[in-house]
Amino acid sequence: MTASQNNRDDRIRNTEIRLEKTAAERVLRVLTYALLVFWALVVLFPFYWMLITSIKSYGTYNNEYIPRFFAIPPTFQNYAEAFRAANLARYFLNTTIYTLLTTALMLAVIVLAAFAFARLHFRGKNVLFALFLSLMMIPNELVIITNFQTITSWGLRNTFTGLILPTVTSVFYIYLLKENFEAVPDQLYYAARVDGASDFRYLCRVLIPMCSPTLVTVTILKVIECWNAYVWPRLITDNEAYFLVSNGIQEIRENGFGRENVPAMMAAVVVISLPLIILFLVFRKKIMAGVARGGTKG
Amino acid sequence: MHRNQMKAWLYLLPAILFLGFFMIYPLVDVIIYSMEEGYNSVAQTSFGTGFYNFSYVLHDPYFLQALKNTFILVAVTVPLSTGLALLVSLALSSIRKLRHLFQTVFFLPYVTNTLAVGLVFMILFKKTEYTDGMVNLLIHMFGGPTVDFIDGPYWAKMLVLCFYTVWIVLPFKILVLTSALASVNDEYYKAARLDGAGKARIFFKITLPSILPMLLYLIITGFIGAFKAYSDSVALFGTNLNAAGMNTIVGYVYDMLYGEGGGYPSYASAAALILFAIVLTITVINLLVSRRRMSQLM
Repeated sequence: MTASQNNRDDRIRNTEIRLEKTAAERVLRVLTYALLVFWALVVLFPFYWMLITSIKSYGTYNNEYIPRFFAIPPTFQNYAEAFRAANLARYFLNTTIYTLLTTALMLAVIVLAAFAFARLHFRGKNVLFALFLSLMMIPNELVIITNFQTITSWGLRNTFTGLILPTVTSVFYIYLLKENFEAVPDQLYYAARVDGASDFRYLCRVLIPMCSPTLVTVTILKVIECWNAYVWPRLITDNEAYFLVSNGIQEIRENGFGRENVPAMMAAVVVISLPLIILFLVFRKKIMAGVARGGTKG
Repeated sequence: MHRNQMKAWLYLLPAILFLGFFMIYPLVDVIIYSMEEGYNSVAQTSFGTGFYNFSYVLHDPYFLQALKNTFILVAVTVPLSTGLALLVSLALSSIRKLRHLFQTVFFLPYVTNTLAVGLVFMILFKKTEYTDGMVNLLIHMFGGPTVDFIDGPYWAKMLVLCFYTVWIVLPFKILVLTSALASVNDEYYKAARLDGAGKARIFFKITLPSILPMLLYLIITGFIGAFKAYSDSVALFGTNLNAAGMNTIVGYVYDMLYGEGGGYPSYASAAALILFAIVLTITVINLLVSRRRMSQLM
């Protein structure tokens, strides 16, 4: 066997291996996309279904033994019905007020606490901080029982105060913000002090602007949490005038529209889901980065 | 110095007040409640102290049903959702085209209201006189027998609950895992490919060890989250979960506290403490096992 023949055999074998590899890779590639497309369909289908059902007329929907994938002719009657029969506008207003107040109060409380832990010196700081951190392990279910009794005995059921008070603080966000505040160089603080700025002024003029990405993250997470809040509002409100959207949708499900009006129900679901989805599509990058950093669900 | 001390406590005051009232005091109180026998919320009196409440809860058929449901839910959804999330994240990080689009789509369930979208799932799975529902039509198309997933047999209801739970928790897991995968040092992959390592070998020797901490974090938080399942079940089966036989431990706590059959904070407290004990035990076991695994791999 000559050297050149040997060489050629090698080359042939190499191309064969490469061909095989690309075939295997192509199969893998197809499988990859198949998986992604499949899960995308599973995720999107419920959204599609609520949209399409919400624009079917009541009669059309109930006559379709085999539901159709399209609505001809589309009608917006259900949306009018959803706002007329159920108190959707009221639920919306309540949730907006609740979300704004809770988030604003929480930001004030956690910024002040995080600043004290990050920048001020006082006796017992480390012990107190350890105590704060240990509170992160306490599940909400454990404290909600007494909170329910407390709010009830204060006569704060069916008020915004009762809804908001127990959900204002978050130890985790204090921790997140404290770490962030500590990352700001000390020199800035001393420079500000030399210029005669007070601690509070330094906090407002330097720290808050510098740490605004974290604050935005915390705000977004809290807004999502508030918009989806269900358990506490359910315990604390039984007057429809104070229902949030979650409780409203549950009310609609159990009593609203005379049970069988599914299209109107779906219209209500679309209206309730829309604000967060729009918020998400606008702030997609910020929200995803924020959740990856500090979110939990499930 | 003394003035500074005062100031620091002033900054901390709001957080301490809120945490004290709504977290530390309830924590003590829940233990007291759980020991008070025959506590009456109206008269605020009790017969004596002891462990009767725990024994009552542990013998209550509704609690045992809730316990069984919760354990099945945990055992099915935690491995399933983590595995699926890992597959999807691997698929996501292996493609370039359409990657952002897929990521955006997959994240959508995170920003939706659990109660609202649960209603859509109910419509999709429910069988009524008017229609068998979308899912049953699909089953029928493939020649299977139709079944009412919402008011039907236990396994069918459990299936929907597990499916909905996975649908809800997946976005967070996919997000965390894709960012973990993206942060694996590229040099390792280059070196491995130069050495001619195969895909499987690269995955087990490089990818998996690098993302293992994140994976374990997801498993632990997944366990905790699944043990606290509640609103997903309400979304699908309505507020009367005991009647549907689909209650969860957290649901049992709230039902004991409030609503029809409510007004028993002592039983609720005992059940909440049992839940806390279970979650704590599982978390500690998880941490011990994962520490051993980690030291084996490193």
